[in-house]
Amino acid sequence: MAEATIQVKHKVGLHARPASLFVQTAAKFSSAIKVKNISANGNFVDAKSIIMVLTLGVMKDHEIVIQTEGADADAALAALKSLIESNFGES
Amino acid sequence: MPEKILQGIPASDGIAIGPAFRYIPAELTVPARAAESADVELSRFDAAREQARVELQGLSNAIEKRAGKEEAAIFEAHREMLNDPALEGRVRELVESGQTAEQALVNATDELAGLLAGMNDELFSARALDVKDVGRRVLRILLGLPDTALGAVTEPSVIVAEDLTPSDTASLDPSLTLGFVTAQGGLTSHSAILARTLGIPAIVGMGNNLLENVPGGTFIVMDGRTGELLIEPDEEITGRYQKVKSQRESQMQILKAAAEKDAVTANGRRVEVAANVGEAATARDAIEHGAEGIGLLRTEFLYLEDTQPPSEEKQFHIYREIFEVMAGRPVIVRTLDIGGDKPPSYLPFPTEMNPFLGWRAIRISLDEQDLFKTQLRAILRAAVGHHARIMFPMVSDLDELRRARDIVDTVKRDLALASVEFAFDVPVGIMVETPAAAVMVDALAEASDFFSLGTNDLTQYTLAVDRGNAKVANLFQPLHPAVLRLIKQTIDAARAKGKWVGMCGELAGMTKAIPILLGFGLDEFSMNPRAIPEAKRLIGQLTDERAREVASHAMTFGTAAEIENYMKGILTELA
Repeated sequence: MAEATIQVKHKVGLHARPASLFVQTAAKFSSAIKVKNISANGNFVDAKSIIMVLTLGVMKDHEIVIQTEGADADAALAALKSLIESNFGES
Repeated sequence: MPEKILQGIPASDGIAIGPAFRYIPAELTVPARAAESADVELSRFDAAREQARVELQGLSNAIEKRAGKEEAAIFEAHREMLNDPALEGRVRELVESGQTAEQALVNATDELAGLLAGMNDELFSARALDVKDVGRRVLRILLGLPDTALGAVTEPSVIVAEDLTPSDTASLDPSLTLGFVTAQGGLTSHSAILARTLGIPAIVGMGNNLLENVPGGTFIVMDGRTGELLIEPDEEITGRYQKVKSQRESQMQILKAAAEKDAVTANGRRVEVAANVGEAATARDAIEHGAEGIGLLRTEFLYLEDTQPPSEEKQFHIYREIFEVMAGRPVIVRTLDIGGDKPPSYLPFPTEMNPFLGWRAIRISLDEQDLFKTQLRAILRAAVGHHARIMFPMVSDLDELRRARDIVDTVKRDLALASVEFAFDVPVGIMVETPAAAVMVDALAEASDFFSLGTNDLTQYTLAVDRGNAKVANLFQPLHPAVLRLIKQTIDAARAKGKWVGMCGELAGMTKAIPILLGFGLDEFSMNPRAIPEAKRLIGQLTDERAREVASHAMTFGTAAEIENYMKGILTELA
C-alpha cells in the first residue's frame, strides 16, 4: 500500500474541472484508491467516484491523504500526486 | 376580463407573446412489482445507463454548438456521475438485497444527492441537483418514457414551469421557445444564465402559484426586461406589447450601428458615455445601446430577492458574469444601497420617520460589517482580469470614507493571507449625493480615487424635497441652480485634485442638461441604456468651447424654469 499527504492549491479546490481530472486519473489504474480530506476531518472515500470526491468538500489549501493498494499502486499515487502538484495543468 | 399581471425576477431581456406551454415533468413513479433475479434487474440498469450515456452525448453536442463548450460542460459532469462507481455499487447492493432496478436507482441517487445537499458550501451542495437530474434520466428510461415532455412542444410557445433543470433547458428547441417563465430559480440559476447566452426572454422566481394561474394554452405576454407576466391580456394591451417588441427590435438595428462609435465632442475630445445597470440581464442591453462601460452597477437586487443575504459565491458569479459581458469595459460597482423604505427581512430595521435620512447605504455597511465584507470579497475576487471600481453610496463625512476604506484594506489582507486570488488595484471612490459630500470634495479627495455624482439623491437632499410625495413632487428640480452649483463645485474641486468625476444620476441622460454638464467638464455620463444613442449624438454636436458658453450662461439664471427655458432654445439649435 502506498500513501501520500498533499495540499490542494487549486483555487476551486476539488470541484469542477480539477475534481473531474482527479477522478479520471484515478480511474486509469486497477488499484483501489481512497482519498480523505484531513482539513475537514472526513472519512476515506473511493477516489474513482466523482460524487464521493465532491462530498469531501476539498477547498483551496485543504490537505488530502491518498491511499493506493494494488498492482499499480505506486504508479497511481505518483500520477495523482503530480496532477495536484502541477495544479491540474494550470500555471 | 381584466388581465392578471404577475411579477417575477427579470432574468433575460426580451418580450414574448404567445400560448403558454405548461411543462410539468411526468411524475416518475416507481412501479410496485416484485423484483426479478438480481442479474435481470442489473442488466436492465446497465442498458438504461447505456441509453442515458447516448442521450447526454447528444445534449452535450447540441448545447456546445448553440452556446459553446463551457455551457456544455454540465453534461460532461452528468456523464461522469452516470459512470460513478459509488452509484453503481450502491445500486448493485440494493438490487442484490432484493430491490427492483427502479427502486435501487431511486434509493441510491437519493442517498448520494443527500450527502451533497447537506454540505455547507453552495458550490458543492448545488451538485446534488445534478445527481438527481441524472437519476431521473435513468429512471425515465427504465420506465420506457420518451426523452422529455418538452419534446411535446409543437408550436412556438412560452414555457411555463415550476423549475427547469439543465437537461430541460438544453432540450428546449430555440425555434419553438418564445421565452420561459419559472416559479423557482434565481438570476444565477443555470437556466437563467443559459437563457441570457441564447438570447431567450426569461423570468424566474415567479412564486409558488405560477402554474395554478396559467392553464395550458392560455395566451400570455411576458417581458423579460421588467419581469412582468400578463395572463390573457386584451387585444389593446397585446397590441401595445407587440408594438414595443417590434420597436425594440428595429431600434436595436439602428442602435447597434451607432453603438460602435465612441462619444466624441465636435472638437474631438473623448467623453465616456456609460450605462446604469440594475441587474445582470441588462448588461448586454447596455452594450447593445452603445455603453462604453457601466457607470453605476446597482447591487440591491441581490439583497432584495431573498429572505437571506446573498452568499459570497452567488455574488461572485453574478459580478463575474457582468464583468465578462462588459469584456474589459470599466464597471463601477456600487456597494449595498438600501434603507428603511425597502428593508430586506434579515436586517433589524427600526421603524423610521425619515428612512431617507436614516439607516441606509454606507451607514448600514459600516454597522453590518460581515455583510459589507462579504460583498467586498465577492467584488475583489470577481474583478481579477477585469476593469472594475468600487463605489460607496451616501457618504457624508470623511471619517465614514476612511472607515470604509480601512475595511476594504482588511478584506484585501484577509484574502491575501488565505491565498485567494483577487484584484488588488481596484480603485475605490464615492458617490456624491449628499450636499455635505459635494462641498467637501477637496477634503474627501484624500481617500477617494474618483467621484460620481448621484443627482437624484443630491437633488432631493439639496432641495429638501421628497419626490415620492405628490404634493411636492413639482419642486423636485434637478436643473435647480442650487443643484447645478453643487455639481459645478464638485467637478471643479475634483479636477483641482486631479480626480476623475462622472455622473450616474438621471440628469446625466437628460438632453437639456448634457450641454451644461459637458461645459462643466464632466468626464463620464452614465445613464439608462436607452438614453445613450441620443446623448452620444448630442455630445458630437457640441464643441467644448460652445458647451462652456452654454454652461456659464445657464448659471446666470435664478430659477430652474428659466434654465429649462434657455436650454430648450439651445436644444432646438442642436437638433
